[in-house]
Amino acid sequence: MVGMTEHSGSSEDGGCQEAIHRLYHYLDGELTEERRRAIQAHLDECNPCLEAYDFEAELRSIVAGHCREQPPSTLRDRVAAALRSEREAAAGRRIGGSTPGRS
Amino acid sequence: MADRERFAELAMEHMDSLYGAAIRMTRNPADAEDLVQETYLKAYRAFDSFAEGTNLKAWLYRILTNTYINAYRARRRRPEQSDIEDIEDLYLYRRLGGLEAAQAGRSAEEEVLEHLTDDQVKGAIESLPDQFRLAVLLADVEGFSYKEIAEITGVPIGTVMSRLHRGRRALQKALAEYGLERGLVPTQGG
Ligand SMILES: [Zn+2]
Repeated sequence: MVGMTEHSGSSEDGGCQEAIHRLYHYLDGELTEERRRAIQAHLDECNPCLEAYDFEAELRSIVAGHCREQPPSTLRDRVAAALRSEREAAAGRRIGGSTPGRS
Repeated sequence: MADRERFAELAMEHMDSLYGAAIRMTRNPADAEDLVQETYLKAYRAFDSFAEGTNLKAWLYRILTNTYINAYRARRRRPEQSDIEDIEDLYLYRRLGGLEAAQAGRSAEEEVLEHLTDDQVKGAIESLPDQFRLAVLLADVEGFSYKEIAEITGVPIGTVMSRLHRGRRALQKALAEYGLERGLVPTQGG
């Protein structure tokens, strides 16, 4: 793993570097199948990298979970009303008359 | 060509996630409501140009993003920070001592994540500069692909990746700082 001087073996270090370098592309599902498999094979063998991957995946799901918002119930009505008056205004223009007197 | 009569039926189901993104962008529920309403009106007027069968959610996000950039960013006096400081990979994990712990076969970093509160996470996201905040929101909260984010924000994929990369690091630093205030993250050397 990058910056992990204690970590064993020089060939393994190359694999760790590669794994950490591609971590986000992997989690984003943006790797080619071949690269994804190579990373997967490394993670099967390398616990420190696997832990780091798990942490990042967990962090992402926790961030997304905390960002869920429930709009106020009035917003839906407000938007529906705005769309309705937009539609009526357009219909009014089409028939050449004035827009319906619904403000 | 999409039929306007079907607009509400198709588009209204995306309101929750649009509203969530709008709050994180405007940092304010009242502005978020206005932004969502404006987005739906613009989308309705432009619905003739939407190719049915393509990604409606991404299309709505593009309108939301453009509306936000045009209306809200212009209002703010503070100049947009075009760069944020260099932060290392896996910032939060390292701060939590994850690397050493994983090697020693013990790790409890994920428990720390469970203690993060809504306010800490929202505060950390809202502390990011606009373009980084947008990229992180679209990818990590909404799950859009790089290509979709490029289309939504109107920048090349390379730019999306670079904003995401830096935005995620900045988010981790902000989370560490918010967590630090509550003693979730050990201070350096401690
Ligand atoms: Zn490794």
